[in-house]
Amino acid sequence: MNDVKSIILVGVGGQGAILVSRILTHGLVQAGYDVKMSEVHGMAQRGGSVSVQVRFGSKVHSPIIGRGGADIMVAFEKMEAVRYCEYLRPDGIAVINDYEILPMTVASGSAEYPEGTLDEMKKNFTTVIVDAASMARDLGNPRCMNIVLFGAMVNALGLSEIDWVAVMREILPSRILEVNLKAFDLGLKA
Amino acid sequence: MMKSLMSGNEAAARGAFEAGVKVCSAYPGTPSTEVFENLPQYGDDLYCEWAPNEKVAAEVAYGASIAGARSLCAMKHVGVNVAADPLFTAAYNGAGAGFVIITADDPSMHSSQNEQDNRLYSKFAKIPMIEPSNSQECKDFMIEAFKISEMFEVPVFFRMTTRVCHSKSLVEEGKRTEAKVVEYRRNVPKFVSTPANARLHHVDLEKKLSQIEEYSNQSSLNSEEMNGSELGIVTSSISYEYAKEVFEDKASYLKISICNPLPMAKIKDFAGKVKRLIVIEELEPFMEDQMKAAGIKCEGKNMTGKLFELNPELIRERILGQKAEFIVSNVKPVGRPPALCPGCPHRGFFYTLSRKSDYVICGDIGCYTLGCAPPLGAMDSCVCMGGGFSVAHGMSKAFQMNRESGRKVFGVMGDSTFFHSGMTGAVEILYNKGAVIPCVLDNRITGMTGHQDNPGSGYDLMGREALMIDIEKVLVAFGYENVITVDPQDLKAMQKAVDDALGSDVPAAIICKRPCLLIKRMKHDISCCAVDSNKCRGCRSCLKIGCPAIAVRFKKAFIDPTLCTGCTVCAQVCPFDAISKEAR
Ligand SMILES: Cc1ncc(C[n+]2csc(CCOP(=O)(O)OP(=O)(O)O)c2C)c(N)n1
Repeated sequence: MNDVKSIILVGVGGQGAILVSRILTHGLVQAGYDVKMSEVHGMAQRGGSVSVQVRFGSKVHSPIIGRGGADIMVAFEKMEAVRYCEYLRPDGIAVINDYEILPMTVASGSAEYPEGTLDEMKKNFTTVIVDAASMARDLGNPRCMNIVLFGAMVNALGLSEIDWVAVMREILPSRILEVNLKAFDLGLKA
Repeated sequence: MMKSLMSGNEAAARGAFEAGVKVCSAYPGTPSTEVFENLPQYGDDLYCEWAPNEKVAAEVAYGASIAGARSLCAMKHVGVNVAADPLFTAAYNGAGAGFVIITADDPSMHSSQNEQDNRLYSKFAKIPMIEPSNSQECKDFMIEAFKISEMFEVPVFFRMTTRVCHSKSLVEEGKRTEAKVVEYRRNVPKFVSTPANARLHHVDLEKKLSQIEEYSNQSSLNSEEMNGSELGIVTSSISYEYAKEVFEDKASYLKISICNPLPMAKIKDFAGKVKRLIVIEELEPFMEDQMKAAGIKCEGKNMTGKLFELNPELIRERILGQKAEFIVSNVKPVGRPPALCPGCPHRGFFYTLSRKSDYVICGDIGCYTLGCAPPLGAMDSCVCMGGGFSVAHGMSKAFQMNRESGRKVFGVMGDSTFFHSGMTGAVEILYNKGAVIPCVLDNRITGMTGHQDNPGSGYDLMGREALMIDIEKVLVAFGYENVITVDPQDLKAMQKAVDDALGSDVPAAIICKRPCLLIKRMKHDISCCAVDSNKCRGCRSCLKIGCPAIAVRFKKAFIDPTLCTGCTVCAQVCPFDAISKEAR
């Protein structure tokens, strides 16, 4: 039972957290783990914050965790990291994209984007900060930011025994495969 | 056989397929929608459809059951309120071929207006209920549900919850077994519910329920797992998985999967084997109350509470008193409330109505409920699907009686909602001489639940072309003599439509017609707007439309080109002509 690992992916609707969770769970199932995953559909599609939880091990019961339950958090946006950090164990690892998406209230000037999100996370947790946005941009496809983060997560989790390249070949459409494999590589080394 | 990851919804669809289901009818609603989105893949083996609402879906499925085909319907929890009438009587009459109704409850209201616990419906309607706790059970128990339905000739409820519907876990598939076809014969005493027949039905139903309770006591679906006598846990649905996570093999379990009728003899027996008995269930004390009434000593809601969903952490804290260790950030995030998408056709309508703060706007349930949020803030009420017109009618009658008749009242709903249960409200306004302007926001699709077709969209669940029912003609046929169809993205025309409707001597209605930009099968004219910062004076008028693509940077408006769709609503409201459409 205690070999179960819990991952929480957080971000903003449309950033590709669901795709990452698909690749992740596919690889884990092939590797023979029991896997459960939970996501909430609905209102989140409309620009809201999203969270996806993935749990794996020899036998997994609950598909969801509560506060202090995740071994690793991958935040696709840095304010979402502080929103969901309660779900991370105090000795857990946070992989954080150094990237801002302004909520409408901030964009329109009626609220302010919080300062010091990354410092706060660094103070409280073991963190891996990734500038996935510029890496993806340098690769010529800003959308593969999610796969850069996926690479960084694989590295942090020590899941490199799984052949993720093969998994991505199965799941990703061929026209975006090559750039995403490069993105994954950059993430692994980040 | 290889196992694959499936959501509970996919697995329930698979289970119905394997059970030999033939006729399936549903109305979409989170978290149930994907059950039916997963049926068309089974092709010619079954017939599946979106019905206009849940009552119709339940009636169609029941009709198929009477005629001798295994049938399925699915709905979110509040859908059962709509379908309750036929379901209560279907229980009395009884099923023909297997008839299963999926109710998908939403503890914590991830996307719902209430968190009613539909297990209570199973008692109230006297319909047996099965509850799976993971995807494999969604598939396997669906087959069992059909079996029970036919064995006792009753409808069967299949209750899922958001976490069961939307969590993925491993499922081993099986093969489809075709159900035996029994030739249809008219059976008046059984299927015609006259009072004389119904009295017999009620007697019969009570008998069936006690037989099913006996079955429930014997069934392996209610299973015992003994790990000593210190602590016993009675649990069901997703709470079983949470309990296992927390108590592992340090407690004995009685997992209840047929929660109505409860296997009370089995529970009593289990209770006798343990020193302390705890019931772990989400929402209402459904099992606990019945167990206590049966004289079984147990604890439960005094610790777990009846609000919102549970999880392993909450169970650990509330039952074991063990607080989780976690760190709360001192840097506080600001909210990301959902908003109408950039380019959403509903925006122009709500912007226009938001200009007059004394308009009374009775909304309804759909994407357009987001018209209530600031800065648009153009909504007074939202109750249930189809309530927009009739609640508006009631408000306008109250204003008349209270001598506030100067108030202008609008009833607002979407196309899917109009066909669901809004048409009767449109009739009500005419029949009872209401002073309400009914407005249909026709974005050509059922948007909120993820783009399902509806009677106005021109396609069916299988993606085949269907008769496109014309809302304008419907309203004209009712007697609206002045039906104004307008493109809500053209703000001048939108304003004129509102003024015309308010000034009309004959009954008037407004149809705002423009497709949702997320409809995949249509080509959309997507471009981008940009701000000329020399002309922009930072007056913030464009912020009043509540578009996620517009921000203020260095005191000037800025349009995010990755979000903008070029709808030009912002350009139309800019008093300085500083925004224009660009080629992308
Ligand atoms: C009785 C009931 N059934 C289903 C739902 C789920 N639901 C919420 S909004 C909606 C569809 C609204 O579609 P439409 O009226 O076309 O508006 P749109 O979202 O496209 O703007 C549905 C089915 C519900 N809330 N209540």
